[in-house]
Amino acid sequence: MVAVNMTVNGKPASAELDPRTLLVQFLRDHLRLTGTHVGCDTSQCGACVVHMDGHAVKSCTVLAATCSGSQVTTIEGLANAAGLHPMQEAFRENHGLQCGFCTPGMIMTAVDLVHRKGFALDETTIREELEGNLCRCTGYHNIVKAIAAGAQAMAAEGPAQQVAE
Amino acid sequence: MGVTKIGTAVRRKEDQRFITGRGQYTDDLDRPGQAHAVFVRSPHAHAHVRGIDAASARAMPGVLAVLTGEDVAADSVGGLICGWMIHSKDGSPMKAGPHPALAQGKVRYVGDHVAVVIAETLIAARDAAEAVLVDYEVLPAAADTAKTQAADAPQVHEVAPRNTVYEWQLGDKAATEAAFARAAHVTKLDLVNNRLVPNPLEPRVAIGEYEPGTEVFTLHTTSQNPHVARLVLAAFIGIAPEHKLRVIAPDVGGGFGSKIFIYAEETVCVWAAKRVGRPVKWTSDRTEAFLCDAHGRDHVTHAELALDERGKILGLKVKTIANLGAYLSTFASSVPTYLYAPLLSGQYDIPAIYCEVDGVYTNTAPVDAYRGAGRPEATFVIERLMEIAARELGVEPVQLRRRNFVKSFPHQTPVIMAYDVGDYNASLARALELIDYTGLAKRKRESARKGLRRGIGFSAYIEACGIAPSQAVGSLGAGVGLWESAEVRVNPTGSVEVLTGSHSHGQGHETTFAQLVSDRLGIPIEQVSIVHGDTDKVQFGMGTYGSRSGAVGMSAIVKAMDKVIAKAKKVAAHVLEASEGDIEFKDGRFSVAGTDRGLAFGEVALQAYIAHKFSGQELEPGLKEGAFYDPTNFTFPAGMHVCELEIDPDTGIATIDKWVAVDDFGNVINPMIVEGQVHGGIAQGVGQALFEGAVYDSAGQLVTASFMDYRMPRAADLPSFTVDMTVTPCPSNPLGIKGCGEAGAIAAPPAVINALTDALGHENIEMPATPQAIWRACRNTPAQLAAE
Repeated sequence: MVAVNMTVNGKPASAELDPRTLLVQFLRDHLRLTGTHVGCDTSQCGACVVHMDGHAVKSCTVLAATCSGSQVTTIEGLANAAGLHPMQEAFRENHGLQCGFCTPGMIMTAVDLVHRKGFALDETTIREELEGNLCRCTGYHNIVKAIAAGAQAMAAEGPAQQVAE
Repeated sequence: MGVTKIGTAVRRKEDQRFITGRGQYTDDLDRPGQAHAVFVRSPHAHAHVRGIDAASARAMPGVLAVLTGEDVAADSVGGLICGWMIHSKDGSPMKAGPHPALAQGKVRYVGDHVAVVIAETLIAARDAAEAVLVDYEVLPAAADTAKTQAADAPQVHEVAPRNTVYEWQLGDKAATEAAFARAAHVTKLDLVNNRLVPNPLEPRVAIGEYEPGTEVFTLHTTSQNPHVARLVLAAFIGIAPEHKLRVIAPDVGGGFGSKIFIYAEETVCVWAAKRVGRPVKWTSDRTEAFLCDAHGRDHVTHAELALDERGKILGLKVKTIANLGAYLSTFASSVPTYLYAPLLSGQYDIPAIYCEVDGVYTNTAPVDAYRGAGRPEATFVIERLMEIAARELGVEPVQLRRRNFVKSFPHQTPVIMAYDVGDYNASLARALELIDYTGLAKRKRESARKGLRRGIGFSAYIEACGIAPSQAVGSLGAGVGLWESAEVRVNPTGSVEVLTGSHSHGQGHETTFAQLVSDRLGIPIEQVSIVHGDTDKVQFGMGTYGSRSGAVGMSAIVKAMDKVIAKAKKVAAHVLEASEGDIEFKDGRFSVAGTDRGLAFGEVALQAYIAHKFSGQELEPGLKEGAFYDPTNFTFPAGMHVCELEIDPDTGIATIDKWVAVDDFGNVINPMIVEGQVHGGIAQGVGQALFEGAVYDSAGQLVTASFMDYRMPRAADLPSFTVDMTVTPCPSNPLGIKGCGEAGAIAAPPAVINALTDALGHENIEMPATPQAIWRACRNTPAQLAAE
């Protein structure tokens, strides 16, 4: 067993874990943060994307033991007291989800994309940056629209959203 | 949002929980005292199981049980079933081999279930599963659809000589032969409809529970049709009496058909829960999903189209070998027969059609319904034939289609279906306008200047949805009726719960159904909730597949609402002291005709429950009505999809530049949701055409068993789609709805392949048309052909 201590959605989280435990298993099984999903076993689908120290990671590919000292944000931690994150709202407004299973990973990836590439995202950039996220329901059409709109909305909200993490 | 009208793009009620990570998918649930199941699966496609040594696995820490086929037999757990009887040409019933939940003496595909380990933790179960020693005598495998009927092919099941489950036919052979005899031109085509893996993003999950005090079993499972699962588990597999088994399908992360079926894993989890006295949870990983979820398509077909000298179709004959896999899955037998051949007429007036289908066993995963189920295969046959025939006759593909469209309705095809209504010219005309067909030649020249080859492909599809009239499908061999149920419960405060037998796993029923209720009852959508997916809450229902939830499921809700309104009028009449015939209901208000006296819907609901204004002899208290709706005909969504793409001959990469879809779904409740269904269907169809293919090697190993090897469509593979609609309301249901869930997946593959062949100047290219295949094809085609 190995001791892990990290901050998840702003709260301290610690446990003694089998060293094989993945970050996604720690989030889902130990912290009951089941919004982060597992859709594959080869790091292809992106349903498990969370933010670790401000960067998107696939939590199925990170050992929990390596996260000690890290700040982790999951989909459950994205909205704040003021309400939904603009990217969440954009997914609803643009029908960017159907079954919802890939959605948390999509939204976490999209927010990271805006952090990296800025608020003005063209369609080609969005599509290329979604390389690591699979959706089987939407054909991506409305996800792309949602991300472009969400990025604009994040710009309108200004830097407040950026420090929320 | 208030009262929401039919036809408006109401944002989805279910989204709040999904965008905040609060959805409750089956794997998000843990039951008190839960143990974990891991299956020991066959690494061989075909083998005798000579023995299983589980002693060391049983001795490992945390292991509660290792169960095998012997235990299944000892407890008389019945085999998995196929619920649709197909008869061969000679009248003999299909030859179905046994399908035990855990293998009994033989395994028949890679991934077949040999044993299950149940342990305290998932990690302990995995470790112990690796310690189960299975002694296999490996047999040669029959893995190839086209070769499995050979006399020397390995036999998958003793009951099915030459691996042939049935040799089925539909249509008039003699009339078709006569049509071919007088044909001026015959177009011939050999094609493979490639095998696909459905791959909903959520893998399957099952949690079985047993409560000895009440003798009640509970199964949480990723199902599209929980009542059907309960019926099969109770009545055929014999796990529990129907009234002692509760099946719950909570949020389900996509299905596309693969979650219709009743699989070994959920059977074992329910059964094992009683054996070990603990809830038992199994979560599929993606590799298991590739190996064991029912696959789709997998046809080998020869087809011929007979035309007269003016390009009018005289007849169509089709011979298909349909791979059904190693066992017959729940509805496997119906997919390449009654869901396939009746759609071969497409949008065309074809006087004579004859179709033969051999359903065959192979040592591969079971094959069953996948989005479209038979209809994409039929559309691919007829739309590729039309394209090639046009090329051979020197006619524009659009013109050949127009010449042969069905133009008057109702139209009886020679293959069962009676098309009720449609306007195929209208969808074609709109599609040509949206794609800017007149500008095509210029765009082709521009592409050629860049060294690229541009092509356009059309796909005129039709499908039979709204499945289905129960009597009709019963006469064709279905083991069940295909009606739907609804119950509308009005609460004393006027809020409404609708219990539906449909199931939502991405389709947005919580919004669309509530929108319908809000419109009809004139109450705010916030006061409506949709309840589904729990056999303890909802009356028996048939579930969601075959684009049926709108046409059939919502029709049941309409029927129940009509009864609610009729009852509420009686209540209102008593309260308003008027005669029932004078009560009008409009915009959520019951009023006495010609007066200003009236009551709001909620006031009538309250009066129905307090029952102070009428006696028990006059009227029953309460306001709750149920309905079963059995459709009177199939519905026939149809439309025109156009794909325009560019090929880079140096790389073989095809880039889709434009996609136009003009669909006729009849009336539409929520256009935003309907368009979303079209988008997703197109993506899956493009996936089939360009990327996806499940490949077994000659030994029966699935060599595409992960997302690393099986090429799913990604965002950068697809364009934004132009989606439009024409409307001819369906005459056979009260809402005029046809259904939209599968259209894109049905229409898309021939649109892509027709566009590729247009760009290449080739007669044929197989699916998936990978860059390598396209690159090779470019080497065989002079570039100027495409630039013409």
